[in-house]
Amino acid sequence: MEKFTAFESWVAVLPVDNIDTDQIIPARFLKTTSKEGLGDQLFFDWRYDAEGRPRPDFVLNRPPGNRAQVLLAGDNFGCGSSREHAPWALTQFGFKAVISTSFADIFKGNALKNALLPIAVPAEIHAQLLKMLEADPLGTVRVDLASQTLALPDGTAVEFPVDPFAKTCLLEGVDELGFLLKHEAEIAAFEKSHPAPVDTLSVKLDG
Amino acid sequence: MPQPRTIIQKIWDSHVVCQPEGAPALLYIDLHLVHEVTSPQAFEGLRQRGLRVRRPDRTFGTCDHSTPTTPRELPIVDPVARAQVEQFEKNCREFGISYFGFLNPRQGIVHVIGPEQGLTQPGMTIVCGDSHTATHGAFGALAFGIGTSQVEHVLATQCLLQAPSKSFAVRVDGSLRPGVSAKDIILALIAKIGVGGGTGCVFEYAGSAIRSLSMEERMTVCNMSIEAGARAGLIAPDDTTFEYLDGRPFAPKGEDWERAVARWRSLVTDEGAAYDKEVSIDASSLEPMITYGTNPGMGIPVTAPVPDPSEAPDAVERETRRKALAYMGLEAGNPLAGHPVNVVFIGSCTNSRMTDLRAAASVLKGRKVNPRVRVLVVPGSQSIKRQAEAEGLDRIFCEAGAEWREAGCSMCIAMNGDQLAPGEYAVSTSNRNFEGRQGKGGRTFLASPLTAAASAVTGVVTDPRTLIG
Repeated sequence: MEKFTAFESWVAVLPVDNIDTDQIIPARFLKTTSKEGLGDQLFFDWRYDAEGRPRPDFVLNRPPGNRAQVLLAGDNFGCGSSREHAPWALTQFGFKAVISTSFADIFKGNALKNALLPIAVPAEIHAQLLKMLEADPLGTVRVDLASQTLALPDGTAVEFPVDPFAKTCLLEGVDELGFLLKHEAEIAAFEKSHPAPVDTLSVKLDG
Repeated sequence: MPQPRTIIQKIWDSHVVCQPEGAPALLYIDLHLVHEVTSPQAFEGLRQRGLRVRRPDRTFGTCDHSTPTTPRELPIVDPVARAQVEQFEKNCREFGISYFGFLNPRQGIVHVIGPEQGLTQPGMTIVCGDSHTATHGAFGALAFGIGTSQVEHVLATQCLLQAPSKSFAVRVDGSLRPGVSAKDIILALIAKIGVGGGTGCVFEYAGSAIRSLSMEERMTVCNMSIEAGARAGLIAPDDTTFEYLDGRPFAPKGEDWERAVARWRSLVTDEGAAYDKEVSIDASSLEPMITYGTNPGMGIPVTAPVPDPSEAPDAVERETRRKALAYMGLEAGNPLAGHPVNVVFIGSCTNSRMTDLRAAASVLKGRKVNPRVRVLVVPGSQSIKRQAEAEGLDRIFCEAGAEWREAGCSMCIAMNGDQLAPGEYAVSTSNRNFEGRQGKGGRTFLASPLTAAASAVTGVVTDPRTLIG
């Protein structure tokens, strides 16, 4: 995994609460067996009209949202389905961070495994940032994971929480599966002392 | 005296492999369920790294999501879905995993077949690349949904890096009144605490109303824990649990069974154990519930008027509700009861089991569905389909004018050919009313099988108590 470095970006503003992963990428695009090609399907039903033409008023179809690396969304972002296609679609579109007041658990975990940083800020900071971007849609934010700070367009630095292990993985490009595989001895010892409650291979299946 | 523990803590404690410095715990997974939609990229990841599935004997597969519910003698028409199902079966064979393929007589929805086959057992950790995995919590298992990266982690190591969740006690006491069901309990809970109310938490459902539910009804409750934002939801095992499991294909047998039951009984929460959060619901005051908006928290009694968005507590919530009503084409102040519907869907991992089908059949027996309404009845598994047919339920549905289909996720997720047309209204027994969830532009009212069946008869949203007398 690539190392996550500090960056400055425009912001795509989508201040809707409870944006679920069905909106981020509708289920009909989940028939793929690949991780690729999902960026064009991001927010598909909000982004395109019935004929498949981009809706000119949708934030991702106009500057600066179409070139932003940061998405500013409403509370409880990423609720609903566990589909990892949601962070895949967001990162393939070009996003590296999402700012909200809170994130759904599974989405947050999935995002961190795909170098998409969920930045949770207090409601008053969220409101301030919205106001600044309303006044100047070309305002930029700077995201610095190492210091866990988000610099608002007026330069105010806001600290945000990140799980320390996820932070290390992102900054150093550590791959979680590689980390897990290093614990082979502990896993094998656990298995020895904990017999399996069920053996899925024990019953002959018909058909 | 050891510290009293909740069932959630007990299961967690007994599955921690190790606690590496500066990292989350390694949590051992007893059972990993895989399906065709969220696993292909994980299997591909294993191939790229040259890894095998560490414990095929703790892994089980079925196809359900993109699997059509048309007669099984027909091929899968959608080439993309067909390729996905074929890839899934190929992956299972290549990695030595037991699975119910498209044509297997026991195929079904992953959260239906786990319990049905006795794979789901108390005290287990269970994961699946699907957010409704909490369904298995009905058996006193710690069961939660994971993303595809984690599917790969579990396939390769049988472990997850995991931080413990907070515990949230949901107490439901009192007796449900006629016409009110398990689905109404969970819709009322989500309406009360909101779609983010359980974020960071695992629910333990307790109280006399929960104890008196059957296993199938408990699964309906646990299934929708994620719709309140909770990672998982579980119910301590009891005699109802053991009676359900006894004799199922993968359940322990003979002396193993006796030992297992003794172990399972020790899982219940200790007297005096503390929870991080608590909420109480009076079951006897509940009415049949229905959702009016675009998330499962927007639920009201079926007799109530649609709430006015301007009464919402804050500006963003007001805007969210206004947007929801605009999408749904509804006006505040009008009751949902009496609103025309185009489709009724009875199925999904929430409500596709025998209890649900019997409830729907009790309303439809001797009646006809309104000719304006398309009614789909989709059993959760092929085993359920056969059992329903043995009981004659299929004839009740077909004589009433409903479609009796093959097992699968069907119109809950609309990626298998079963879907709403833009603008159509559905009363649906599934779990999500998000925009476009049941088909682009489709509008969903979530409700119980009784409410869905009553609405099928009248062609409008209907309080089932008006038909069941």
